[in-house]
Amino acid sequence: MTRAVRWVAAVLFALGMMGLPVEVAANTGHEAAVARFATDAFPDTIAGIEAVVDAASPLAEPVLQALIDRRLTFDPTTRRVYFRDAAGALFDAASGASVQDAPARLDTVRINNRIRNILQGALGTLTLISPDPAQRMRAAEAVLRGRDPEALPALASAITRETDPRIRTVMEQARAAIQLRLPDTSEAERQAAVAALAARGDQRTLALLRQIRAETQPGALAINLDAAIQRMEARLAVLARVQDLWAGISLGSVLLLAAIGLAITFGVMGVINMAHGEMVMLGAYTTFVVQELIRTHAPHLFDWSLPIAIPLAFLVTALVGIAIERGIIRYLYGRPLETLLATFGVSLVLQQAVRTAFGPTNREVGSPSYMSGAFDFFGLSITYGRLWIVVFAIAIFAGLLITLKATSLGLQMRAVTQNRRMASAMGIRTGFVDAMTFALGSGIAGLAGVALSQIDNVSPNLGQGYIIDSFIVVVFGGVGNLWGTLVGALTLGIANKLLEPVAGAVLGKIIILIAIILFIQKRPRGLFALKGRAIEQ
Amino acid sequence: MTRADPNQVTPSILYLDGIEVSFDGYRALRGLSLTLDKGELRAIIGPNGAGKTTMMDIVTGKTRPDRGTALFAGSVDLTKLDESEIAELGIGRKFQKPTVFESQSVADNVLLALSGPRGPWSALFGLRSRVDVDRIDAVLAKVRLLEMRDSLAGALSHGQKQWLEIAMLLAQNPKLLLVDEPVAGMTDAETETTAALLREINAEHTIVVVEHDMDFVRMLGCRVTCLHEGAVLAEGALDAVSADPRVIEVYLGR
Amino acid sequence: MINADAHAILDRRSKLFLIILAVITAWVVFANAVIPESSQFHVSNGSVVLYGKYLTYALLALSIDLIWGYCGILSLGHGAFFALGGYAMGMYLMRQIGTRGVYGHPVLPDFMVFLNWRELPWAWVGFDWFIYAAIMVFLVPGLLAFVFGWFAFRSRVTGVYLSIITQAMTYALLLAFFRNDMGFGGNNGLTDFKDILGFSVQASGTRLTLFTLSALALAACFVLCRIMVASTYGKILVAIRDAESRTRFLGYRVEHHKLLVFTVSAMMAGLAGALYVPQVGIINPSEFSPANSIEAVIWVAVGGRGTLIGAVVGALSVNAMKTAFTTGVLAPYWLFVLGAIFILVTLALPKGIMGLVDRLMAAWKARTRPVAPPQPETGA
Repeated sequence: MTRAVRWVAAVLFALGMMGLPVEVAANTGHEAAVARFATDAFPDTIAGIEAVVDAASPLAEPVLQALIDRRLTFDPTTRRVYFRDAAGALFDAASGASVQDAPARLDTVRINNRIRNILQGALGTLTLISPDPAQRMRAAEAVLRGRDPEALPALASAITRETDPRIRTVMEQARAAIQLRLPDTSEAERQAAVAALAARGDQRTLALLRQIRAETQPGALAINLDAAIQRMEARLAVLARVQDLWAGISLGSVLLLAAIGLAITFGVMGVINMAHGEMVMLGAYTTFVVQELIRTHAPHLFDWSLPIAIPLAFLVTALVGIAIERGIIRYLYGRPLETLLATFGVSLVLQQAVRTAFGPTNREVGSPSYMSGAFDFFGLSITYGRLWIVVFAIAIFAGLLITLKATSLGLQMRAVTQNRRMASAMGIRTGFVDAMTFALGSGIAGLAGVALSQIDNVSPNLGQGYIIDSFIVVVFGGVGNLWGTLVGALTLGIANKLLEPVAGAVLGKIIILIAIILFIQKRPRGLFALKGRAIEQ
Repeated sequence: MTRADPNQVTPSILYLDGIEVSFDGYRALRGLSLTLDKGELRAIIGPNGAGKTTMMDIVTGKTRPDRGTALFAGSVDLTKLDESEIAELGIGRKFQKPTVFESQSVADNVLLALSGPRGPWSALFGLRSRVDVDRIDAVLAKVRLLEMRDSLAGALSHGQKQWLEIAMLLAQNPKLLLVDEPVAGMTDAETETTAALLREINAEHTIVVVEHDMDFVRMLGCRVTCLHEGAVLAEGALDAVSADPRVIEVYLGR
Repeated sequence: MINADAHAILDRRSKLFLIILAVITAWVVFANAVIPESSQFHVSNGSVVLYGKYLTYALLALSIDLIWGYCGILSLGHGAFFALGGYAMGMYLMRQIGTRGVYGHPVLPDFMVFLNWRELPWAWVGFDWFIYAAIMVFLVPGLLAFVFGWFAFRSRVTGVYLSIITQAMTYALLLAFFRNDMGFGGNNGLTDFKDILGFSVQASGTRLTLFTLSALALAACFVLCRIMVASTYGKILVAIRDAESRTRFLGYRVEHHKLLVFTVSAMMAGLAGALYVPQVGIINPSEFSPANSIEAVIWVAVGGRGTLIGAVVGALSVNAMKTAFTTGVLAPYWLFVLGAIFILVTLALPKGIMGLVDRLMAAWKARTRPVAPPQPETGA
């Protein structure tokens, strides 16, 4: 909870940072310090950093940040120093004034690893006492990374003033990391420092502890360090598995999206639609067309491109689905193998049609702002794109369940699939219901295409990559059972991702395929098979 | 499992005891017990859903019971064998809906049913003898289909398909025949012929007939078992069974 | 003794087919080797290779028709058996390169040297000998089919379920053969062959021989298929196709019969692949791609399944059409045509070209018969 709050704060802070420039009163110390960067010699740069810190101008933080991000530049002729903010606007480093006419030539102030370390420490010191808690947190983390002994006094005073216990913990950890580096630290202090650091669980701290372990002589401290390292390794291994699990859920939701339309056409109607993958592809291309139109006619609506594409993709693929059902499939009911061949023909035609219309190469489909980026969740790195796809898959699944269970179309669908003649006798237009069912399955494939356009290459071959997996998911889960499809997709996705680090991506996939082939031998009708006399005939 | 010891559990050719099956919670058979003597002709009647076809599925290995005993010839446990093994033991089955091999000739249908080795090698390399042809013709003559021997089975009328199935059963030369609704969809004349045919066959084979048609059962003139809700309701001569108040209640509703 | 009489095995149509095949083969050989290049009747070396490739495709189609047309097993992974036979032959051809590779390594083929391998993987041992490779051409596809079929048929996986898992099988093999670690040349496959049994694969005599061998293999496999389908065994296969569970109640171990025909069919496909590779000069993992297997199935559907001859006719006509299309300006539209073939054949020509031939012949007979003068009624 509080981590999430902190994370929100960090975002707000980052947004606030965009609000530069900072107009400030003249500070001669700062001006002199900044001027040292213009020589672009490493010793001068180091001296400059220290001088900037000493001058403590409000410009110090943005200037040093610009230096570490290689945004700090100087004019070699006038020897004036400038920096750009994250958005690319140019400012005078000495005065903070916005510069409209950029000098003809600007050289970047060079830095090396040593300077980067110093900078991190300096940045840390600078902002340790900032009124903004998020900035203090960042600073504490920076000091921890830099381990600069010179930051120790600033850190010590910051710890005494710090009111936020979480930030204080990080500061104490930073102090511990620095203390372990100093020769005059007592054995007891070292032990406490190791314990403090071990409480953190990230990869970087682990590397730090390993480094310290390498510097440590055998003894009680070394044993403690080993134990701490082991604990952290175990924790990180668990975290890696959890990360794999998330990747598996994410892959599973992609499989679910691709397979769920098939669960309707194959599972409910018994139609083998080999062109299902091409429906997904058409959905992705619909998204592409929508984005192109928005880009040329209404660029400000770009973030709305996916919400606009979703109904359109459904409509386009549903209409294509109706055309296929009315034109071909309805003549082939009860002949699944012929249906398979005919729809494979349809898939070839659709692929070639898209290739002719859009070219054989990948088309670029952009991600709206809410789909890009990632956030940290209890040590897991979660990308927004994947998160939205999981949410989208669940939403479609739920919507489909409701459609089948609660609408009159769903009732008619089930009636027709269970007893066509009886349904017909009761006045249900079976032809209409067939077309609608197929349209629903195809439309959902189109929705999957919208989602997949965000994570896969949009090319005429997009669908082919999913068709075998989709069939396997449906058969594995049990034909005619939506819940089976859900469980099947998640199981396969997770199994795939858990196997990947062990066996490699390709071998993992092969193992899964073989396992599925063997599984179908054991349970030919899938995980959630219907039992009884009726289905055997 | 065949027991080495000739001490049979029962002298009956078919012995079912306490058979229970359920499909997804629906209990199709609830402790069905039935015995059949060698050489007997037995009619099984009962309303829809009484478990008649499921009972046949158990005997022929199509369905495995959840509980209960099913013994053939006094000692062979049918619940452990699959369809083809049971067929090789000498249990033949005629389905409710006639299933003959429509794209093959009438004679070939019987040829496929003819008793003999069933492996792929013998089918490829074995010799077909004159005797086989004679046997095929004899069986076809018995079911009055001899003149149709070379036409496609798919071209037969519904009644003729039923007889072809019976011919295939005979060609298997089974010890026990299970016949499911042999006269469904037949004309009266065909029904009478079928009844005569079954009685004739009964001279050499044990037969179980499942049937709805009471007139036909009367024509068979045999012992009758009435099933209801997966168990035996009454058993005996047709008149006694049809006079049983419980049977009347089942058939006429409560 | 075979459980069928000779007339049933080689009926009139089969004899006609074999004769036409022999005549065409003899003509191609004659027109390539004897007729001078200046003549318009000369068949070029390139065409011989092309026709030889068609014949191996026809053999693949024949193997599919045997199981699909007669036993109802629709394999969407038969390309895998074809490719495995091809790889077995390709491995022999790779070993024949010897030290003539780019790296000139005394033992290892080029791609292994490239991957810094030290020694020959176990799977390659023995492929220096043609006999061993020839056995593997049948054994590897046969064994895979046997194991796969044993599991699948025993657990009664039928219909589209079987089709889907055969597709999964070839897909898994596709992924596997793409891996360099498998030791079969990875993405690039096996190529740059030099000679076969001491004869250069480029020589026109070798090409003509391979073409003739392909025709002979097709004829021999055709006769073998006829023996299988004309015997009692064939009647059992058809019975399984039409009513599997009924066949089981007659006492047949359906899985045993299916297993035999599936394995034989896979071996035929392997043989086809083995003849294909030296003629086209390359084998790579794309031969395993599921689309290839489906395309082979459509050849059978086009020709008419359950006729054997139809499979050959379908493979030859679709591939001739493909060549005609993909070498001209119409190349981008070939997939439209192929897709349309899939759709039209299943909708309008469910019995394929052979079914059409039957219909036309029946119509012709019906038209000619009344033309004959009516027999005068003699006596009662």
